[in-house]
Amino acid sequence: MKKLIYLFIAISVISTYAVKAQKVVCKIKGSDTVLPLSQKEAENYMKKNAGSSITVTGGGSGVGLSAIMSGTTDIAQASRSMKMDEKLKMQEAGKAFKEVIIAYDALAVVVHPSNKVSQLTREQLEGIFTGKITNWKEVGGADLKIIVYSRETSSGTYEFFKEHVMNKRNYASSALLMPATGAVVQSVSQTPGAIGYIGLAYIEKNVKPLKVSYDKGKTAIAPSVENARNKTYPVTRPLYYYYLVKSEKQVKPFVDYILSQEGQQTVLKEGYVPVK
Amino acid sequence: MRKNKKIKEKAVEGILFTSSTITSITVLLIVIFLFKEGLGLFKTSPYEANHVLAVHKDNPVKNLTAHQVKDIFDQQITNWSQLGGKNDTILLLSFGELTNYTTEAELGASFEFVPHKIDSIISANQNIIGYFPDKYFPKDFKGTILKQENVSLSSFLNGREWIPTASPAAQFGVLPLILGTLWVSLGAILLALPIGLAVSIYLAEVASMRLRNFLKPVIELLAGIPSVVYGFFGLVILVPFIRNTFNLPVGETALAGMIILAIMALPTIITISEDALRTTPVSLKEASLALGASRWQTMVRVTIPYAMSGITTASILGIGRAIGETMAVLMVTGNASVMPTTALEPVRTIPATIAAELGEAPFGGAHFKALFALGIILFLITLTFNLIVDYVKMRRKKLMS
Repeated sequence: MKKLIYLFIAISVISTYAVKAQKVVCKIKGSDTVLPLSQKEAENYMKKNAGSSITVTGGGSGVGLSAIMSGTTDIAQASRSMKMDEKLKMQEAGKAFKEVIIAYDALAVVVHPSNKVSQLTREQLEGIFTGKITNWKEVGGADLKIIVYSRETSSGTYEFFKEHVMNKRNYASSALLMPATGAVVQSVSQTPGAIGYIGLAYIEKNVKPLKVSYDKGKTAIAPSVENARNKTYPVTRPLYYYYLVKSEKQVKPFVDYILSQEGQQTVLKEGYVPVK
Repeated sequence: MRKNKKIKEKAVEGILFTSSTITSITVLLIVIFLFKEGLGLFKTSPYEANHVLAVHKDNPVKNLTAHQVKDIFDQQITNWSQLGGKNDTILLLSFGELTNYTTEAELGASFEFVPHKIDSIISANQNIIGYFPDKYFPKDFKGTILKQENVSLSSFLNGREWIPTASPAAQFGVLPLILGTLWVSLGAILLALPIGLAVSIYLAEVASMRLRNFLKPVIELLAGIPSVVYGFFGLVILVPFIRNTFNLPVGETALAGMIILAIMALPTIITISEDALRTTPVSLKEASLALGASRWQTMVRVTIPYAMSGITTASILGIGRAIGETMAVLMVTGNASVMPTTALEPVRTIPATIAAELGEAPFGGAHFKALFALGIILFLITLTFNLIVDYVKMRRKKLMS
């Protein structure tokens, strides 16, 4: 019995030490897509580990990545993987870095609820968003003009959709560019011929998410957290943290926290897709 | 005592002088800054910095415009014969897709074999066009490098495509934006002016004192509503209404922008022209009435002509508000950069473009400068309006005297 009590005391002492050791002071900078998630995670982490101080700022993935190179931030948050020339610059500067995927973000293609079309192939989506397909009857719907809603050119979502769905072709100039995802949802919900893309978290009953097929129509996958998680849903992008190997000790506890069960719960709550 | 007064006067005079000087200098500096940044666009390349555009050495095509390059990489142009070359399909080689031609291992662990690989790929394909960073430029390159022309004034003013983030060549055609801005403002002022004048005449001449005391604050309240609220109202109420009424595929149209802007310009027009109408001396009106003119004749022949300069000012300020308004327009006009043909299609205006894009445009880049150049155009448009008003006023003065 006594042994057990000693053991208990020993464990509690060790664990308090362990908690104390997780005091993290660091700066995170980069993608505006990851920003809300990082902020929430940092908030929760600081609540649990008194004395920690994590500052999160936005500015874009590129800004964050150039900031870890110049040493003005500890972690770069990015909604895309490091580009070839960025990797090269890091290499030239002799800085080894680590890449961690902290969550996934999935984009859903949505249409007006009255639209009969329930699935589209990647090629059809490319045609619609580049302006080659202009009527719903060309993709099996009613005889109705297609109204393309997109985000503004400055948005990371705009670039992601262009790269992964449109095969890097440019958007049709007749596309309507909306200042916010909320505006896309509002417009799609009140325009029968509309099509747009939004983050999974923004799906609501006023808009109808489409199944997307990346194998010319053989299988079409509905956008959902499960499908994004098991990687069957194709319009999914990983969200990254980058940090230098030499600052690993400093930032590791926080990165581990995000990857922990609790951290991933927050990921889900914030409308992103957990890694595990 | 007297001396004291003089010093005070001098001090006040000094303060007035300094503040007006500071104001003028500030305005001047802003204009100079605007022009400096904006005109820099024409010394900037629309391509990404430090990138090379190259073709096979036997390719007869040696010159491509930025617009053609964009169409090639978008696969709108797929055959060299469309560009005056041989009848051969165009093969694209971009840096990110090097692995389509070779394996990552062949590029070397630190990409040391990339230049050599690019050279051999371009030499092997007669129909290829390559676009890659110049630090991978092969030493003894055997292809032809295409000249990257800067943005030209004519492609800027005459271009019909505004795709500032297009790769590899950004498109800065502002014609649809200029026409969109003018179109929406013109529509707004055509809607707002008759209504505004009617209301101001009613308030100044017809309405009872009690009604006027109630109506005027209500109208002035309109001016205090933030424009984002107007925009939200427009998006949720007006846009679906327009779509249903005209049975359109899309409700975000120039018309929605016109109506919202008209509502926003109304308080300015009404307040200022009503004030002008009320400054007409009572003696003039009484003289007119005494000569046997009816109330209506007095209004049309005496009161309105007397207040004309105030009314002109009101409409110009109204136009100014309409042209420069950003947020509400951004929300309701759909922002598609197409040439406006009717009021029932989406348009993109200059202020909305600047507001939506400046935040993410890389500092000092072509896109950044293009937005400043848009600012210059906006400035010149308002300047023209002001000059027109001055001219009209001067002519009126001459006629009156």
